[in-house]
Amino acid sequence: MTITLNHFSAAAVFALFASIVFGITHRETTRDMVRYGLYCFAMFLGGVLVAGWAMWILRR
Amino acid sequence: MANPTAEKSKAQSEPLSMMAVLAPAIGWLIPGAGHMIQKRWIRGLLLFVSVATLFVLGLAMQGRIYKANGGDILDILGFVGDVGAGGLYIVTMAADWGQGAIAFATADYGTKFMIVAGLLNFIAVADAYHIAIGKKQ
Repeated sequence: MTITLNHFSAAAVFALFASIVFGITHRETTRDMVRYGLYCFAMFLGGVLVAGWAMWILRR
Repeated sequence: MANPTAEKSKAQSEPLSMMAVLAPAIGWLIPGAGHMIQKRWIRGLLLFVSVATLFVLGLAMQGRIYKANGGDILDILGFVGDVGAGGLYIVTMAADWGQGAIAFATADYGTKFMIVAGLLNFIAVADAYHIAIGKKQ
């Protein structure tokens, strides 16, 4: 079986699971874990979008 | 009310308990199991799903698994990352999966997914140890 993900979906999958692990392991309480996990997810995806647009601008 | 600072210093001064050795070892072998044996069921399950899904997706994307005798320094670093996945790495090596396929453009993503899965499991193992010694709840 071969799965082919495009660049954005690969980044989104990576961001989701890495954020879950970061949230659980870097905070003490459940509430803080959820908040930190969401923060990491937003930063990962935000970083991808910013880097993508930066490369688009540089290309022009 | 308990003083968390005093509890932490007390935990650090006590000798290693059985759980402090067992939880990281089991957690490395089966991602999330170090939390589960300490009755952190949901955390353990989420860690297992996260690490296992990343690793299996990496395999399904035709990623390459690194072996111990890579020679090149980058191969050795890749091996260190991969081996963090514990049992998933052992099963993959035993079944001779993860040979990588240059024909697929996404295969390199798969290789990185497996390395990251192993590195995330190292973090989970450290967390299981901290729970076992009482440094974290």
